[in-house]
Amino acid sequence: MQGLANPARFMRLSKVVQPWLALASVLLIGVGLYFALFGSPADYQQGQTVRIMYVHVPSAWLGMVGYTTMALASAVGLIWKHPLADLVAKAAAPIGASFTFLCLATGSLWGKPMWGTWWAWDARLTSMLILLFLYLGYMALQSAFDDPGRGARAAAILALAGFINVPIIKFSVDWWKTLHQPASLMKMSGPTLPPSMLTPLLLMVAGFTCFFVVVLLLRVRAEIIASKIRAIRLTQIHGSHESPLADRLAG
Amino acid sequence: MDSIATFFEMGGYARFVWPAYGLVGLVTVGLLVTSLRTLRVRERALAALQEEMPGRRGRSRDL
Repeated sequence: MQGLANPARFMRLSKVVQPWLALASVLLIGVGLYFALFGSPADYQQGQTVRIMYVHVPSAWLGMVGYTTMALASAVGLIWKHPLADLVAKAAAPIGASFTFLCLATGSLWGKPMWGTWWAWDARLTSMLILLFLYLGYMALQSAFDDPGRGARAAAILALAGFINVPIIKFSVDWWKTLHQPASLMKMSGPTLPPSMLTPLLLMVAGFTCFFVVVLLLRVRAEIIASKIRAIRLTQIHGSHESPLADRLAG
Repeated sequence: MDSIATFFEMGGYARFVWPAYGLVGLVTVGLLVTSLRTLRVRERALAALQEEMPGRRGRSRDL
């Protein structure tokens, strides 16, 4: 982890890892899609709508992984004041927000035929909607300051305070037994899905996770370059590089 | 051909299943494309800035 904290080393390493992760993502999602659409049975209760699960569950997973990444990076940024941590948190936010949106949208498309409604104020659905709002609040706050450092700090505090929502989402189906079905994958007693459904689901979750990391690395690289550009512009304005942060980022 | 039509019908739930997959495809591909495009634009901007300041060019070789 210490080695990764150096932006130049991070850039080099991410360039090596990225193509392999991209390849893994394409293969896993490709095979996963085949099983999700052709090679798996319809559910005895839910019929063909169960196929929505294979995109809904990975989206929900990444919505929460994205927030956890953002909160962890925010904590590192706040405590150790490392500039790369702030950039990781900033890069993770739009990706996590996109998947949270997809989770809600695909869930809605699944809920209409199965529950008879597009939306219900069920605990799981409501906490997931709050997650989306936390992402949007984070992104708005972080870009509301002229000084990116101050924006990152303010947004990091929001990210950490909002992290309480992640376990609430996870356990909402056990604490409030309302509409959404309970966990069938991440259970202490092991998954309850039959292998014919578990295989495509795990393939899709793995493939989507690789995709998440690929996009995260792309966005962190873009953020590092933006910081370098800012650092160079600062030195142009001031004539010499007095800022230790600028020096660290430009190096 | 009949089986293909059956497949696309999704047991009568086509109007829920396909939009779900379509939306996920659209958003993920959009995310990838915009992220790649932002990276390219910034890489070019940085290269242009470094052209202007020849003294520092060597420092960002590993970009």
